[in-house]
Amino acid sequence: MMKAQRAASVRRKKKINWKLESPLHIMMLPSVILLAIFCYYPMYGNVMAFQNFNPGLGFTHSPWAGLKYFRTLFALPDIGQVFFNTVFLASSKLICGTICSIVLALLLNEVRSSLYRRTIQTVVYMPYFLSWVILGSIFTSMLDSDGLVNQVIMMLGGEPIFFLGDNGWFRFILVATDVWKGMGFGTVVYLAAITGIDPTLYEAAVMDGAGRMKQTWHVTLPGMMPIIALTAMLNLGNLMNAGFDQVFNMYNTLVMESADIIDTLVYRLGMVSAKFSLATAVGLLKSVISMVLIATSYILAYKFADYRVF
Amino acid sequence: MIKESMGRRAFYGINAVVLFLIAVICLVPILHVIALSFSGSSAVMAGQVTLWPVKPTLASYNILMQRSDFFDSFKMSLFRVLLGTAVNLVLIMLTAYPLSKNKNQFHGRTVYAWYLIITIIFSGGLIPTYMVVRQMGLINSIWALILPGAVPVWNTVLMMNFYRNLPREIEESAFIDGADHLVVLIKLYVPLSAPAVATVALFSIVGHWNSWFDGLIYLNTPSMYPLQTFLYMIGTAVTQGSTTTENVEYMREISDRTLRSAQIVIAMVPVLAAYPFLQKYFTKGIVMGSVKG
Repeated sequence: MMKAQRAASVRRKKKINWKLESPLHIMMLPSVILLAIFCYYPMYGNVMAFQNFNPGLGFTHSPWAGLKYFRTLFALPDIGQVFFNTVFLASSKLICGTICSIVLALLLNEVRSSLYRRTIQTVVYMPYFLSWVILGSIFTSMLDSDGLVNQVIMMLGGEPIFFLGDNGWFRFILVATDVWKGMGFGTVVYLAAITGIDPTLYEAAVMDGAGRMKQTWHVTLPGMMPIIALTAMLNLGNLMNAGFDQVFNMYNTLVMESADIIDTLVYRLGMVSAKFSLATAVGLLKSVISMVLIATSYILAYKFADYRVF
Repeated sequence: MIKESMGRRAFYGINAVVLFLIAVICLVPILHVIALSFSGSSAVMAGQVTLWPVKPTLASYNILMQRSDFFDSFKMSLFRVLLGTAVNLVLIMLTAYPLSKNKNQFHGRTVYAWYLIITIIFSGGLIPTYMVVRQMGLINSIWALILPGAVPVWNTVLMMNFYRNLPREIEESAFIDGADHLVVLIKLYVPLSAPAVATVALFSIVGHWNSWFDGLIYLNTPSMYPLQTFLYMIGTAVTQGSTTTENVEYMREISDRTLRSAQIVIAMVPVLAAYPFLQKYFTKGIVMGSVKG
């Protein structure tokens, strides 16, 4: 009797209970349709990089052009510089941002008054919630030749600096303002990691005579290491994202050499010059490289940190 | 109690000061723009304004009150936030619920999960997405700002992880009482996941409020521009076309920079006013949502 029941339940497990499961499929349906239209259909739409795309004819009827636009792409005079700028800006922002967030999280962790700590947290999270339209406008006016920053420099007896027109300075400005915006919010995940550290480790360290600095160095930082490693691996997937919103709202013709990135180039080619196929070819190249990077980062994160998205 | 050493106390003091300075650095640009917006135009032109208003005046705000284009944009942004957040939340909850089931409860789970992951890994790109939105006839419609980002995959993952951490017994007893999935989701999961809902709602609200690029490319009627697109346009096009005679009169009273600062301040206020209240939820929501159940 028992055996038969178990056998039946095994059989039932294999068979899908549609009455129970079909509502779950129906719940997924709206998202599946929306993603099909606005994510998967544009993925297919990348065929326009291989066509002489004509908006009137659409993806399906535009005449094929082969690799013509990829040849044009690699012949663009600035394309190497644009790719370099993208990777350079993205990696500088990721590295500086991560380090600043970790240090800030460690400092916040050492504050004893919880009111003071919470107040500081509220303030440093703030920039994260502001758009680059707003911040771009504020920063360009502050860094202008007669802006606040140069006034302070002149007051201290220095020469005014042309931040927004000098390629060397502009790179620095892009990285610094991006770190400024994201640093505070970046601490959330590290603070959570610190909270998760076993308190007995600190007790043991104190028993061994470790001071505050040594505890930070030998207990807190190693305790944060898994999260730091994980974020570093996942950041790999963002190497092609240099921050379109920021660059687009802050750059100007004087600093193209240091600030023009793939996304801004795609915008100008496609939306301004209406070279749809060429712009798509540039965008597709970026998407494919990004895909390889993101897939690699997930595989690494899965292998070494047991991380899974779903 | 052991008395703390001088070194220890000095460390805490220095730490507090360093953090204070970091907080000041975060605040300076924001305080500067607020000060500009409340300052007299002559003081702004002369570069006398730093972190507090010089020759304080409400002139720029008075002018803004009379500018209907600014308020149209403001209303458009509010509407967009309400509609967009509602759509996002419904889709996040509907999608996260089935995905929070295990493979035996929901046999299609793996396929659906990959269906979502692929959209993170490979993006259609700007131009093809624009062409699709155009082909769908959404140009110059508010839905062009809502539908392409209607399913925020990362927020869905956050919600799904939160659902997975809810105790199983709750839904099991509900099923015994004859409830179906939709009832369990609405009556049990949604109320129990308040921190996660607050978190994804905050991200949705801020995301929609701050979006400007989609308005720029998908809308071609300036009166429909959301606030941030409007701000972008006046920043680059410096009020092309709106320099009518009445505006010229205002311009004499007030330099463009103060007016622009006032608009920026008004655009910042809703977000800056809302997030400190949601702060305790969102830090909790982010942390709990990123823990695997």
